[in-house]
Amino acid sequence: MDMNEIKEIFFQECEEQLAELESGLLKLNDGDRDPETVNAVFRAVHSIKGGAGAFGLDDLVSFAHVFETTLDCVRSNKLEPTPDVLKVMLKSADVLADLVSASRDGGGVDESRSRGLVKELEALAHGELPSSSAHEAPKPAPKAAPAPAPVAKAETPKPTDDSGFQPIPFSFDGFGEDEEPAIEGSVYEVSFKPRRELYSKGNEAALLLRDLSRLGEMSINCDTDALPPLDKMDPEASYFGWKISIRTTKSEDDIRAVFEFAEWDCDLEVKLAEEASSDEELPMVPVPFDLSILDDSSGGEEEKGAEQGVSEETVAAAVSAAETASNVSRAARAVEKKESAAAAAAAQNNAAAAAAAAGQTIRVDLDRVDRLINLVGELVINQAMLSQSVIENDATGTSAVNMGLEELQQLTREIQDSVMAIRAQPVKPVFQRMSRIVREVADMVGKSIRLVTEGENTEVDKTVIDKIAEPLTHMIRNAVDHGIESPEKREAAGKDPEGTIKLTAKHRSGRILIELADDGAGINRERVRQKAIDNDIIAADANLSDDEIDNLIFMAGFSTADKISDISGRGVGMDVVKRSIQALGGRISISSRPGYGSTFTMSLPLTLAVLDGMVVTVAGQTLVVPLTAIVETLQPEAAAIHSFGANQRLISIRNSFCPLVDVGRVLNYRATQANPVEGVALLVESEGGGQRALMVDAIQGQRQVVIKSLEANYTHVPGIAAATILGDGRVALILDVDAVVAASRGQSMKPEMSLAATG
Amino acid sequence: MSSFAVKNLVQADRKLIAFRIGDQEFCVNIMSVREIRGWTQATPLPHAPAYVMGVINLRGAVLPIIDLSARLGMKDAEPTARHVIIVAQMKTKVVGLLVEAVSDILTITEENIQPVPEVSSDLERQYARGILAIDKRMICMIELDALFPDQESEAA
Repeated sequence: MDMNEIKEIFFQECEEQLAELESGLLKLNDGDRDPETVNAVFRAVHSIKGGAGAFGLDDLVSFAHVFETTLDCVRSNKLEPTPDVLKVMLKSADVLADLVSASRDGGGVDESRSRGLVKELEALAHGELPSSSAHEAPKPAPKAAPAPAPVAKAETPKPTDDSGFQPIPFSFDGFGEDEEPAIEGSVYEVSFKPRRELYSKGNEAALLLRDLSRLGEMSINCDTDALPPLDKMDPEASYFGWKISIRTTKSEDDIRAVFEFAEWDCDLEVKLAEEASSDEELPMVPVPFDLSILDDSSGGEEEKGAEQGVSEETVAAAVSAAETASNVSRAARAVEKKESAAAAAAAQNNAAAAAAAAGQTIRVDLDRVDRLINLVGELVINQAMLSQSVIENDATGTSAVNMGLEELQQLTREIQDSVMAIRAQPVKPVFQRMSRIVREVADMVGKSIRLVTEGENTEVDKTVIDKIAEPLTHMIRNAVDHGIESPEKREAAGKDPEGTIKLTAKHRSGRILIELADDGAGINRERVRQKAIDNDIIAADANLSDDEIDNLIFMAGFSTADKISDISGRGVGMDVVKRSIQALGGRISISSRPGYGSTFTMSLPLTLAVLDGMVVTVAGQTLVVPLTAIVETLQPEAAAIHSFGANQRLISIRNSFCPLVDVGRVLNYRATQANPVEGVALLVESEGGGQRALMVDAIQGQRQVVIKSLEANYTHVPGIAAATILGDGRVALILDVDAVVAASRGQSMKPEMSLAATG
Repeated sequence: MSSFAVKNLVQADRKLIAFRIGDQEFCVNIMSVREIRGWTQATPLPHAPAYVMGVINLRGAVLPIIDLSARLGMKDAEPTARHVIIVAQMKTKVVGLLVEAVSDILTITEENIQPVPEVSSDLERQYARGILAIDKRMICMIELDALFPDQESEAA
């Protein structure tokens, strides 16, 4: 594995950390004050900083460092995470994401922005520091919570231009930093009491102590209080404990590492002891090895040192709980010692829950998954073919072969479902991106808007996720810019000045439904109507229902904002959104209540590898028409067909005339036009919005087909979107409805619709 | 042009697959042949050249079938169950070539290949890369990439 690969992994992890960071900050924004949330946020930034340091990404490191420092103030309760503070933090998260992608792909970042944020972050860290250190001062020992203060003092004043800043090498255990001041030769108090298991597993306390002695200068006291009289002694039991005082430059984790293999079988405590220098501040002389006095407090309300120790350790325990199993046990044990058994159980439960939530994942190259999906697709077709030929040869359907085949069929279907599930991803990352867009756009237009997301764990095929981001971004911008009113207007209307946009995803009958609802003013139908008349989209005297007016915004060249703003209304509008949704085989609709807001509903297929199609026959050939394009099907009557000009024909449907297109003719399957009365008409809606009646000979049925590329081994075929393989093993072509309609309008057929193909 | 082609063939011991179309024999480099399979009904493609018979399902991939007889300017094939499809790799694409029968696998050396005689037809000069005389038979060696020039094979 070379450096680039490792770097790539780092960037992938960064993405995850950034997502974690953002969701954590949003949770805090919603009033969550769970210390674990703060810790998760801190951890995310810290990991990015650590990794970036290892790769020498200095910009990233210095920004992450300032960010981390400020977050640490929040973590140690020096800085209240007010909405204003969180606003800065969310912006910082955005800049951090920009810095990460700039480090990955090259390219620059908006330096003025990041510099501004650095200042804001520093101000936050500093603004609170004086008061907090004043708060600390009367307390006798500043030692136990040293990290935030010294770090902030020493480094924040000059982070961006501090090229001499040496990043700390990446370490997963770095969260224990609080307890380790960077001063040389700190004194640690180690209390080590082996249990009998330690000896029964072949470990030797003396060896451990010898290892420990290599870390620095140490003095050992053996605690022999537990030693019973000789006649009562169990030769295999453990009676001794040691209290060690060690002066070392190493960290607490290094000390713990000595006991790494024995840690399950002993009672181990490692604590930072008081240094001589603190003596002058301390009114009382520290008694050596008396941990309850030594481990004193810094911050707070607690009066007894021991209790402060508990809270310190509890936080430490919470930080490390999710990290490793050994840490979990250590944390739990630390709590157990000083708190009740119930608390210990709770901590353990929490840790277990955290571990369960994280789950286990592997990273797999997408190509491999695609290959598997492809193979399974072939398996399904093969299985169908096999069944068909068995049924042909065995009419009774009772033989063992038949039974086996049925089981095989079930198995293949399950395999297919599971394989498809591998590609399925939650929509969460896309939704998270939207929250950033809401923030930025709302800032730009001076509105205050909250984005509420729901169902972000709804899963959908990765290709769909990649492709919905763009239309969704567009719609979100529209909602912020046009949908939600300005705070003044909202207040005048008696609404909360803060607008709400709700983004929901859910599964509905084999499709994914994404809803985007705002609580804004709703669609101004009068204005939309006027605009449509001005733009010659509808006639001035057209009689339209409310619903029809709402849907006018999907027409090409429609933008309702009176002044064209920077954010939306660049001449492309909802028509583009609608087209890209349709290209995905989806539909979009809008419902609006004046004064209460509008809701856009998108319905998308769960995968682009499969398409719902109507299987039809044209001139002896089997074709598949995408179901999303079909509005209705009808059996034309002779009276409804009207010739128009030399060779055009129109069909009258409920008193409107619609051009009739013979698919067989357009695709050159036959030389003359078929008699419409003998066939079936499919009323389709094409890209331009116009309706056409496509003539086919017969409808065979409706089914899901797997999309196969024609381009892979051949070229693009005009009028054909892709191919598929039917149950009998034959190839059937999937009609490109837009291209066929365009051809019927006399335009040359060009590739309009591109489908993700698996062939 | 023909002499240039022959120069390109300086390579000892190459294997070729020989097949029959009508009463003529042709051969292609065995390295470009993926498999040989029986004829199955193809799904015709609209707006395709006459020599493109359509597409078939090759284990899940959509494979275009070329009527080699028509492509080489002879009469259109009327495929029967005895016809075979040579599945061949051309650059990045895989196509099926419809021929009447596969007759032989030939191992030849450079000396066996004779230059294509000067003939008036452009078509023959376009695809023929050499002529082999084996057992009194005349076998024409075809350059597959030349059959499907770039605008077709790379248009997509």
